[in-house]
Amino acid sequence: MQRIGVFICWCGSNIAATVDVERVADAVKKDQGVVYSATYQYMCSENGQQLIKNAIKEHSLTGIVVGSCSPRMHEATFRKTAEAAGLNSYMVEIANIREHCSWIHKDREEATEKAIILVRTAIAKVNLNAPLSAGESPVIKRALVIGGGIAGIQAALDIAEAGFEVDIVEKNATIGGRMAQIDKTFPTLDCSACILTPKMVDCAQNEKIDILSYSEVEEVKGFVGNFSVKIKRKARFVDEKKCTGCKLCMEKCPSKKGLDEFNMKLNKRPAIYIPFAQAIPNVAVIDPEQCIKLKTGKCGLCQKVCGAGAIDYTQKDEYIERGYGAIVVATGFKPIELNAFNEFGYSENQDVITSLELERIMNAAGPTNGVLLRPSDGEHPKVITFIQCVGSRDTSGCGKPYCSKICCMYTAKHAMLIREKYPDTEVHVFYIDVRTPGKNYDEFFRRAVEQYGVDYIKGMVGKVYNENGKLMVQGSNLIDNEQVLIESDLVVLAAAIEPEPSVRKIATLLTASIDTNNFLTESHAKLRPVESPTAGVYLAGVCQGPKDIPETVSQASACAAKVIGLLVKDKLKTNPCVASANETMCNGCSQCASVCPYGAITYVEKELRVDGKTELRRIASVNPAVCQGCGACTVTCPSGAMDLKGFSSKQIMSEVEEICKR
Amino acid sequence: MKICYYPGCTLKTKSQALDQTARLAALALGVEMEEIENWQCCGAVYPMARDEIATKLSAVRALDYAKHNGGRLLTLCSACHNVIKRTNEDMRSDGEICSRANNYLQLEESYRGETEVLHYLEMLKTVVGFDNIAQKVVKPLNRKVGAYYGCLLLRPSGVMAFDNPENPTIIEDFIRALGGTPVIYPFRNECCGAYVGLKNPDLPKKQSERILRSAKEKGAEEVITACPLCLYNLNEKGSGILPVKYFTELLAEALGVKS
Repeated sequence: MQRIGVFICWCGSNIAATVDVERVADAVKKDQGVVYSATYQYMCSENGQQLIKNAIKEHSLTGIVVGSCSPRMHEATFRKTAEAAGLNSYMVEIANIREHCSWIHKDREEATEKAIILVRTAIAKVNLNAPLSAGESPVIKRALVIGGGIAGIQAALDIAEAGFEVDIVEKNATIGGRMAQIDKTFPTLDCSACILTPKMVDCAQNEKIDILSYSEVEEVKGFVGNFSVKIKRKARFVDEKKCTGCKLCMEKCPSKKGLDEFNMKLNKRPAIYIPFAQAIPNVAVIDPEQCIKLKTGKCGLCQKVCGAGAIDYTQKDEYIERGYGAIVVATGFKPIELNAFNEFGYSENQDVITSLELERIMNAAGPTNGVLLRPSDGEHPKVITFIQCVGSRDTSGCGKPYCSKICCMYTAKHAMLIREKYPDTEVHVFYIDVRTPGKNYDEFFRRAVEQYGVDYIKGMVGKVYNENGKLMVQGSNLIDNEQVLIESDLVVLAAAIEPEPSVRKIATLLTASIDTNNFLTESHAKLRPVESPTAGVYLAGVCQGPKDIPETVSQASACAAKVIGLLVKDKLKTNPCVASANETMCNGCSQCASVCPYGAITYVEKELRVDGKTELRRIASVNPAVCQGCGACTVTCPSGAMDLKGFSSKQIMSEVEEICKR
Repeated sequence: MKICYYPGCTLKTKSQALDQTARLAALALGVEMEEIENWQCCGAVYPMARDEIATKLSAVRALDYAKHNGGRLLTLCSACHNVIKRTNEDMRSDGEICSRANNYLQLEESYRGETEVLHYLEMLKTVVGFDNIAQKVVKPLNRKVGAYYGCLLLRPSGVMAFDNPENPTIIEDFIRALGGTPVIYPFRNECCGAYVGLKNPDLPKKQSERILRSAKEKGAEEVITACPLCLYNLNEKGSGILPVKYFTELLAEALGVKS
């Protein structure tokens, strides 16, 4: 027989304004096992916790129920409180009467009734609770960073700085990511490559960092502190250890019609190539779709000219398997496809370009060597019109409902750079709102308007069409309440950004949750912004939500701090709420093993005495270090042999019964 | 095959050509357009006010009639189509409008947007099929024709679900089926000025001239539309830059049934 204490929190007026807390405490006073019940303004406060501790001692409580906020908020707090008073922490149950009750109901009478039911449900469970104790598992002192953009680079450098080994897995042939493609960075207008490439070199030279470029994560097993990851090293047909990056192969390659992905496909590249001059690793890669040798067997020119003997047409994809204690996801973004936006004529007109394409055109290492020339005829555009929010804040279904956050600033940057370099150029910007909060950000935007004379027009563009070689931009000027038509030579679309599509696969492999826009979900929007709800998985950069470089770097460093905090521990406490099989009931059917997402269930042959006879039986065996307590096996088991400690079928049914009494 | 047909006021007065050629062509294609009984003006303009209900009732009456007579309602005038289709969507998805309209009309069985509203062009595409039409053409157009969509067939695109509002193709496919060459020009989905002409007579002129000039520059010899108001503006205010006809006139011509 349990001796249960019930503690109802007011949460100031958060609960007490809608739920009659005294009535709740009173109603459950005589319930089975309850020997004490009380209310307090803030149960999570020091005084509130003291009240619980005193009650545990004075009334020799064996279990407690706290009627308060979500267990996600304070379950850990109250478990610690109980432990401090000598009670096993798994004898604590939370009845969520805030998020599940007071916050979502208006009627005080109904809300109070519901709160009583929720508290009684928790009491029913505690009556069946038993003390549980956590085991320990070792921590592998190595981190995996998925994605080698600025987020991944920063996280890896910070983790390595603390003395831990880090692997960066990058799917492209070089690290650097989107930042490497950008010309200048706001708000200081320093050259992107000049501040990024030293960090890339640091990564390459750091003994603790292993860059696995042209590689992808294929499989993830295990759990926090103990992940086992299978990585595919895609065949690049060039020996990474031998290639010196001399680029002779690029000069000699006869197949030069590939589209240069790094330059946003604005120019051509050979079939064997190094993505850009400062690539890390500075090693060539062969595009198998384009290579004449790989497609037809004839050619082999690059192999002949390579002095280092690095070319190997027989290379195959390889798989390696490594263990990690923590994983950082930093998979980044891409601009959205613009084919659905027919009004802007992106597909039909070469001179309608995206902002990222403009970055490459403006860049000294880009397709025009940094000279602003339009793609169609190589002429210098005299009138340039920018259109913001293309696919952002779009509820029509073509684009994204969210604000991409970076476009207002980069458009102001582009407008200013163009006016600075080519003062004879007329620059117009169509905007819905200009959103430039942040240190030195609004000042930056105002400089574009006030000092550089960029013409900002509040309104949207309805149509871009080609008339006699000119791009006619038809839009509305909401301030003057008139339609405007701007004859332009170049139109630049600030396309919305979306998470790099490969993030979906990564999220599935990591069982990390993802939202409707494919952004990875953080554990708590405010208080745990860099942690995924999956323990040991951390989020950096745009994979978690739109953000600029300064924010990305901050988040990456925050991730690193979390990873370091994890890796310095030698052992982690494991979750004692794991499954176990009742040996006499298990019939060895294997259904539990087939649904277990963690591979925690194996089968053993065991001699059992059943009805006075000894039998050799095949029975399920759960590895408690691998089991995450998800419960999939318990609902699958046809004979009811599987049960979950702390969430046994009996406990769950007693809760259900309590709810169904009304 | 019979299908309930809602003509609308303009098709009985100024735009008889649209109505008559549509009926002739439909017959030649095996479709009998059965005019619904006692139809009233659709309301002419879809009422945007949240509390407006009276002007939606006649559309609901027509829709309810069609519900009990085959389940489909064929429209022809772009403006009527817009009003009836949007009202139908209200009856389907807006509980308040639906219950108020039903309370007012006191129908034997509540109307909840069950009828499928079909524009004549949609009927040609999905019921008859452009391939079948092409086979029945006796006098191929053999000329360059610009499709003029205007606004009402396409927008609001979520409700109308007619075609891609920025890059529609249905009238171009129609022209091809008749043996003509469609001309794509930027203003084919631009507003003609519509009723704004009552307040600001210069606007339809500016718009219509721009539309027709753009079509002519791209090589069109004539322009076709499904909207009586568009046709009026383009013809009256478009300075005769190009001839403008109803799409059904070309259909009747190609099928050899023009009276």
